Amino acid sequence: MKVFDLETEGLRALNAALNEQSVARDHAVWEIVSPKGGHAIAVGLDAPLDVTVRGSTGYYCAGMNKQATVHIAGSAGPGVAENMMSGKVIVDGDASQYAGATGNGGLLVVKGNASSRCGISMKGIDIVVHGNVGHMSAFMAQAGNLVVCGDAGAALGDSLYEARIFVRGTVESLGADCVEKEMRPEHLKILEDLLQRGECDAKPEEFKRYGSARQFYHFNIDNAY
Amino acid sequence: MCGIVGLFLKDKSLEPALGRMLTSMLITMTDRGSDSAGIAIYSNAAEAGVKLTVQSGTPEIDFGGLAEDLKNVLGAEVSVTERDTHAVIEVSSDQVTAARAALAQIRPNVRVLSVGEAIEIYKEVGRPDAVAQRFEVGRMSGSHGIGHTRMATESAVTTMGAHPFSTGPDQCLVHNGSLSNHNSLRRRLRRDGVHIETENDSEVAAAYLTHKMQNGSTLGEALGSSLNDLDGFFTFVVGTKDGFGVLRDPIACKPAVMAETDQYVAFGSEYRALVDLPGIEFARVWEPEPATVYFWIHDTTPVPEDRAA
Repeated sequence: MKVFDLETEGLRALNAALNEQSVARDHAVWEIVSPKGGHAIAVGLDAPLDVTVRGSTGYYCAGMNKQATVHIAGSAGPGVAENMMSGKVIVDGDASQYAGATGNGGLLVVKGNASSRCGISMKGIDIVVHGNVGHMSAFMAQAGNLVVCGDAGAALGDSLYEARIFVRGTVESLGADCVEKEMRPEHLKILEDLLQRGECDAKPEEFKRYGSARQFYHFNIDNAY
Repeated sequence: MCGIVGLFLKDKSLEPALGRMLTSMLITMTDRGSDSAGIAIYSNAAEAGVKLTVQSGTPEIDFGGLAEDLKNVLGAEVSVTERDTHAVIEVSSDQVTAARAALAQIRPNVRVLSVGEAIEIYKEVGRPDAVAQRFEVGRMSGSHGIGHTRMATESAVTTMGAHPFSTGPDQCLVHNGSLSNHNSLRRRLRRDGVHIETENDSEVAAAYLTHKMQNGSTLGEALGSSLNDLDGFFTFVVGTKDGFGVLRDPIACKPAVMAETDQYVAFGSEYRALVDLPGIEFARVWEPEPATVYFWIHDTTPVPEDRAA
C-alpha cells in the first residue's frame, strides 16, 4: 500500500501520481492522509485502484472517476464523484450538495446524508444514500438510479427523464412531472441489487418508486421538428 | 464567491485565542475572494462605555489629537486607540450621539464602521493575511467574531464596500451571495429614515435586519422575515452583542459548514476553514439547512431550528 500525505506532498503531486497509474499500474492500493477538506482530491482516475482518503474532503473529490474505488473515511464537500464514468465512490459520512452530479456510470454510496441537488442531471450513475437527500435531488436526471433509504427533500425528481428514484422514507414534495409509479418485480430486483452493492440492509419492499410522468412538451412526439 | 468564517466561544478559556483562530480560518478562505477582508470581534463590554470603531484614509491627519479635540467638544474624557487606518474611540454611553455629531464636524473624512459596547470592526481592501496583519487581529481576544473575504460582484472594491457591515448597535452581518432587489429595498429603507452608507447589496440586508429589530422583531424573527423580503442568493452570518446567527436562502447554493463542540460553535464557507480548530475531529459537523434560522446566545445553549419557509 502506498501512503500519501497530502499536507506535505501536495495536491498536484497526488493527482499526478494517481493518474500515472493508468499507465504504470504498479501500485493498486493507496491511502491519502491529512486531506483537511482539500479540493479535487483523487480526480480523473482511470485505473482499477483502491484509494482510501482518511478524513473529510472539499469540492469535487473523486470527480470524473473511471474504474477506481475511492473510499472517503469522512464527509465529502460539494460535487463528490461529479461526472463519474465507472468505478465506485463510498462516503462514510455526509455528502454536500450535488453529489454524483452528471454521473454517467459507476456507483456512489453515501452512508450518511446527502444535501441538496444529489444526482442532479445524472446520466447513468447509480447512487445509494443511506440517510436523507436535500431539495431538488435528481433534478433533470436522465438515466441511472437514485436510492434514498431515508427521506427526500422538496421538489424531488423535477423535470426528470428516464432515471429511476427509490425512496424508503417520506418525500417532502415531488418536482414538476415527477410521479410515484408502480413497483413491479423487475424494479424490486434492480433495487435489491443496488442495496446489496450499496452495503445497505434495507428491504426493497419498503421503498416507493418515482419516475417521469412524461407530460412535458419535449415528451410529445407531435412537438418534434 | 466570497468566504465567511465565524467563531462563537462557549469556553471562556479560549477567548484570548479568538483573534488568532479567526485569522487562521479566514486566511484559509483567501482563494474564495481576495479583494478585501474584514473582521468583527466582540470583546468584553467597554466599562460602562461604548466603542466607536472609525476608519480614515488619512489616519495620520485625522487621528492626530483626536482624543483632545473630542474632549474639548464633548467636555468629557475620551479614549482613542489607534490601529493603522482604524481607531477605537471609547465614550460614555450617554455621549454616543454627541460624539458622532462631533466627529462629523471636526473630522469629516472619518467614517464610523461600528458602534456598540462589545463590537469592533476592522476591514480594508487587500488579502485576509495582509488585513489581519495591519490590525494585529491575531492578538485580539473576544467572545465571538465573524470574518469575511470578498470577491466583489455588486459594488466597488473599497473599504466601505468590505464586510462586515454594521447598521445598528453591536450588530453586524457578512454575506456570501448576491441580492437582486437591493435597490428597491434600499429606497424603501431610506424613506423609512434608515441610514445606508453604500451602494452595496449586503449593507441593505444588514440595514433591513436592523430596521426590523428597531421595530420590535427579535434577530431570529428579523432573519425569518428576510426570507420573504430579500430576493437573491445568500448565506448570512450575523453577530449581536451576545449572539451569533446563521441563515441560508431556500435554494442554498452558497456553501456553509458548521461545527459544534462543548467549547465553540464554528462556521466556515468550507470545511477547510475549520480543520485546525481544537477538537474538530470530535465535533458535530453539519451543513445548515436552507431557510432555517440558527442562533446561539451566550449563557444558554439553544439550537433553535424554526423552519421559516
